[in-house]
Amino acid sequence: KPSILNNCGPSKTRLYCLSGHPTLPCNVLKFKSTTIMLDCGLDMTSTLNFLPLPLVQSPRLSSLPGWSLKDGNAFLDKELKECSGHVFVDSVPEFCLPETELIDLSTVDVILISNYHCMMALPYITEHTGFTGTVYATEPTVQIGRLLMEELVNFIERVPKAQSASLWKNKDIQRLLPSPLKDAVEVSTWRRCYTMQEVNSALSKIQLVGYSQKIELFGAVQVTPLSSGYALGSSNWIIQSHYEKVSYVSGSSLLTTHPQPMDQASLKNSDVLVLTGLTQIPTANPDGMVGEFCSNLALTVRNGGNVLVPCYPSGVIYDLLECLYQYIDSAGLSSVPLYFISPVANSSLEFSQIFAEWLCHNKQSKVYLPEPPFPHAELIQTNKLKHYPSIHGDFSNDFRQPCVVFTGHPSLRFGDVVHFMELWGKSSLNTVIFTEPDFSYLEALAPYQPLAMKCIYCPIDTRLNFIQVSKLLKEVQPLHVVCPEQYTQPPPAQSHRMDLMIDCQPPAMSYRRAEVLALPFKRRYEKIEIMPELADSLVPMEIKPGISLATVSAVLHTKDNKHLLQPPPRPAQPTSGKKRKRVSDDVPDCKVLKPLLSGSIPVEQFVQTLEKHGFSDIKVEDTAKGHIVLLQEAETLIQIEEDSTHIICDNDEMLRVRLRDLVLKFLQKF
Amino acid sequence: MPEIRVTPLGAGQDVGRSCILVSIAGKNVMLDCGMHMGFNDDRRFPDFSYITQNGRLTDFLDCVIISHFHLDHCGALPYFSEMVGYDGPIYMTHPTQAICPILLEDYRKIAVDKKGEANFFTSQMIKDCMKKVVAVHLHQTVQVDDELEIKAYYAGHVLGAAMFQIKVGSESVVYTGDYNMTPDRHLGAAWIDKCRPNLLITESTYATTIRDSKRCRERDFLKKVHETVERGGKVLIPVFALGRAQELCILLETFWERMNLKVPIYFSTGLTEKANHYYKLFIPWTNQKIRKTFVQRNMFEFKHIKAFDRAFADNPGPMVVFATPGMLHAGQSLQIFRKWAGNEKNMVIMPGYCVQGTVGHKILSGQRKLEMEGRQVLEVKMQVEYMSFSAHADAKGIMQLVGQAEPESVLLVHGEAKKMEFLKQKIEQELRVSCYMPANGETVTLPTSPSIPVGISLGLLKREMVQGLLPEAKKPRLLHGTLIMKDSNFRLVSSEQALKELGLAEHQLRFTCRVHLHDTRKEQEMALRVYSHLKSVLKDHCVQHLPDGSVTVESILIQAAAPSEDPGTKVLLVSWTYQDEELGSFLTSLLKKGRHLTQPPPLPSPSWTEPGLHFRTVGALSEQTLRSHPWGQRPCVMCPPRQLFPAKEKLGSGLSCLYSCAWAPKRWLGQGVPDSSFQ
Repeated sequence: KPSILNNCGPSKTRLYCLSGHPTLPCNVLKFKSTTIMLDCGLDMTSTLNFLPLPLVQSPRLSSLPGWSLKDGNAFLDKELKECSGHVFVDSVPEFCLPETELIDLSTVDVILISNYHCMMALPYITEHTGFTGTVYATEPTVQIGRLLMEELVNFIERVPKAQSASLWKNKDIQRLLPSPLKDAVEVSTWRRCYTMQEVNSALSKIQLVGYSQKIELFGAVQVTPLSSGYALGSSNWIIQSHYEKVSYVSGSSLLTTHPQPMDQASLKNSDVLVLTGLTQIPTANPDGMVGEFCSNLALTVRNGGNVLVPCYPSGVIYDLLECLYQYIDSAGLSSVPLYFISPVANSSLEFSQIFAEWLCHNKQSKVYLPEPPFPHAELIQTNKLKHYPSIHGDFSNDFRQPCVVFTGHPSLRFGDVVHFMELWGKSSLNTVIFTEPDFSYLEALAPYQPLAMKCIYCPIDTRLNFIQVSKLLKEVQPLHVVCPEQYTQPPPAQSHRMDLMIDCQPPAMSYRRAEVLALPFKRRYEKIEIMPELADSLVPMEIKPGISLATVSAVLHTKDNKHLLQPPPRPAQPTSGKKRKRVSDDVPDCKVLKPLLSGSIPVEQFVQTLEKHGFSDIKVEDTAKGHIVLLQEAETLIQIEEDSTHIICDNDEMLRVRLRDLVLKFLQKF
Repeated sequence: MPEIRVTPLGAGQDVGRSCILVSIAGKNVMLDCGMHMGFNDDRRFPDFSYITQNGRLTDFLDCVIISHFHLDHCGALPYFSEMVGYDGPIYMTHPTQAICPILLEDYRKIAVDKKGEANFFTSQMIKDCMKKVVAVHLHQTVQVDDELEIKAYYAGHVLGAAMFQIKVGSESVVYTGDYNMTPDRHLGAAWIDKCRPNLLITESTYATTIRDSKRCRERDFLKKVHETVERGGKVLIPVFALGRAQELCILLETFWERMNLKVPIYFSTGLTEKANHYYKLFIPWTNQKIRKTFVQRNMFEFKHIKAFDRAFADNPGPMVVFATPGMLHAGQSLQIFRKWAGNEKNMVIMPGYCVQGTVGHKILSGQRKLEMEGRQVLEVKMQVEYMSFSAHADAKGIMQLVGQAEPESVLLVHGEAKKMEFLKQKIEQELRVSCYMPANGETVTLPTSPSIPVGISLGLLKREMVQGLLPEAKKPRLLHGTLIMKDSNFRLVSSEQALKELGLAEHQLRFTCRVHLHDTRKEQEMALRVYSHLKSVLKDHCVQHLPDGSVTVESILIQAAAPSEDPGTKVLLVSWTYQDEELGSFLTSLLKKGRHLTQPPPLPSPSWTEPGLHFRTVGALSEQTLRSHPWGQRPCVMCPPRQLFPAKEKLGSGLSCLYSCAWAPKRWLGQGVPDSSFQ
């Protein structure tokens, strides 16, 4: 580890901000002598600039015209296609990675993951930056994160695309392109998806942790995951030493859905609270959205149409299935088949049932009966819900319409959802219902225009809204709040809504991609342990009521960033005045040093004491600031003031020492 | 002297009725609350009156911890909490919390409904008791109160079994409960980190056994079952619903699949079916392999094993039946046993320990004529086999765990005294760790010496660490500071800071000594001599000659003066503070000795250059530093009272202002003038 002196540096706490996406964060915290990456989010909105990857050859998509510049120059027509006035890159979709140049990522000691959505960039970091540390995450986060990655890799790999477009990324060319391609940021860093091999290697670096587990890092720092209430196994993290505390809040929810409730109390007394992952749709009420989802679904199916729900294979889908479980019978829809299509559909449904310990109380107590915590077990048992790895195979035999299909990917750029968009898009009987908040539904739909099918937007984002944030901050009272810049101003589309931003005192410090923040810490203390032998030898004296002091002289030992005070070794052989030997070098220097003095000397009592000790012929004179005591016979003068005493005498050591001791009787030692 | 005290109320040199009281740093914790299968009277429950004769147990216990769901570890819990009375927290893992009430209810039914006991705990009491339970996750640090924390580790004995670390400050105890150090077909191995507790309380059921490989035992078991069904016999395996039942089911299931056998396997209705369901829902508590493959195939969904119906027992032909309870003392297993016992083709396999008095114990000890209720005598012709499938650590495993945790001492419970004795010796000899084995009601007291955590001010620590990095400061150094104790808040700060925080002014104690010398030279010249002399003699020290003519050695000031009309006498004024006393007093004697001093005596080690206390005097006093010197800033102690100075005429006139003022001495009242020296 770096020099221990870093340990003491008061201004060394820094936050390196590697992602510009507020709900897919990636920050690096340098805290004491450790380098900690907080989350590893992958910004997938970049894929919206690409053409969808169809599972089945799509004549429509393959016949889209190439795009040419205004002057008719068509050298980009192989890479860029035009659809209903929008331009798309015809290539394997690419993702926007966290910043990799701002800090040497091989120096990262640990990565803390807060939920499965915030670990999607992990293989890029652990496999390609020289990273040698450990990743910490809860078991559900890892298992479901693995499913999300598996699904992503599967979606991309099963539609091999030879073409990889790069010409358009040239800065000079990008300038000429229409929006939003023109404004796309960091296109040079966009990367293709990782492979399953990289995923497995990345996941093998993860160490599983439980809520409220204290994990020691190099003896200097302790990190602890806390339940964040947002998803199965989702956590906030406490990063602390004995005298400093950083809380990292990422993707938290105060709503009662399926996960264990958020642990707020443990966030108290933070010096700094880093706040990320708030709701992306602050104006939508999740409950209302679920209601709308159900009624639109029922309406469509009753009219003989199909419902398509683009979704992730885990998370809100569990809640939607639970709602439908309660709803379909009462709505007379029990005969409508529900299909869940994903390469990981089965795993996701199975895993959801075994993480009872990470679920809310209601679901937990079901396991005690013992019953599966989620009712989708019953939907499967009664054949109301069927799951398939893909549209190929069994599904095509079982497929009955009208039906409800849950499938990915919510970006509508890859996965089985592309097929259903092509299949159902032409009929106005069908409906696509957007529930995932990560992608703008208008942008997602752009390459499918013109579209006859109905589109319903009911985004369900259970993460904290600004009212809940302000409540939370009042409750836990951090000294400072740090957040992405997006949270310090109202959303661009609702610039008058001053309530849609973080309001706290002192104002939140904000960050943007590629920025480094110095976090405000007033570190004044460090933990040190006093050995019992030394503690026994200390002599406390009460200075004021309730306050005692003891002077300490001890040997300091520092090892593994931990400090220990041991009793000083016994003084070497008492040496007689003249033949002193130089104390040998390996014996520590343990001369008992003279303490500081405090107090004042009451002259009258001092004179009495002098008299008692045989001094006579004492004369006291007043001065402006005190007194002078004259011992005429000894030709000695003692000047006494409020906070100083000066003994002026002949070179008579005996006398001097006698006087010294008498003076010391009136003073306190420190 | 702080100490840890341990008193077993049960499981002290015994198996059964586990209940251990631990006092650590003023906190009282009860570990397990079990019943004894061998007793039907008062002795079946721990004697809680040991804790208190009158008054609520809640006042005497900070918490109760249950290690796993076996009744000898939790069977007395409703009695303890509802009938004796305890309202504090009871900690256990989630699976234990789920399964424990079911076993308690089962136990209650047998005791009350079958044996007709009165004054036993009721179903409602079990429910009320379970309301006091707080579920813990593995490795979660649970803060019982501000000081007491507990943490669960995986124990692998049964589903949800845990070891617990109990910690207060730097003192800690680990209680293993029952554990297994080798992974089996459905559970993983116990694991603990190097947590270095003061005391490890471990079970010692198999203290003297080193078990042969599990594979052999399994092969043996399968062979016996297979042979029996091949010759058309029936196999009865009495089990407890949870634990070994699942292990053996998995074993038979995979064997049946591999060998493509068609002989039916049943498990008795009731608990076991439900039990398998628990295993399915608590997959994260099983072993690596099951966790990895459960999506493809849940190992607890058995293809070959079907639910048993009472009527099946009379079916002709071979079959294998798992039936509860495990010791053949009641219920379905006993019923089936009675039906099949007369046929020598049949076999009963006892896969676990049987308590004295049970039918299981009797047939295992060779008894072949059993007296049943109604004076009926049952002749046992079927084969009786015993195979240990208990998931306890053997001697090797226990030693391994002690090695993992690295405790200061070990305490044995849950075992037989004789076997414990053997293991105790082994631990003391091989691991050099002291080992105890108290009987029930006997207290072991272990003194501890916890270190005391305090906050050290960064300034003070940094000053030390900077010194630590200097090349010449390899040897350990002394740190000086003041410990401020306010309530329970301890802070170590520099003495200066302590004074400042308490609003106290420093009191400076200064000495000025007059050294009289015979010398006729001028003051300046004399100072120069003093300077060159000290410079040559005190090579380790910083000696400086200042522009105003005075000489400094580190922080000691020396000034030459002509005190009186006598031109042959000069006086050296040597001035230092109390903190520099050693050097100051040394210098005066050095100066007095004058030229006789060719070789200077070695100085006391220059500890005053230590920054710990005396940072004010560190380093050379350049003019710059002098100006900002603490006493450079304040006027000369002698300046202000100049006009008032009464001794001016009488004796004071000889004193030169030591620092900057121009007050010149006129006359010294000196005597005993030593030789002039510096020539």
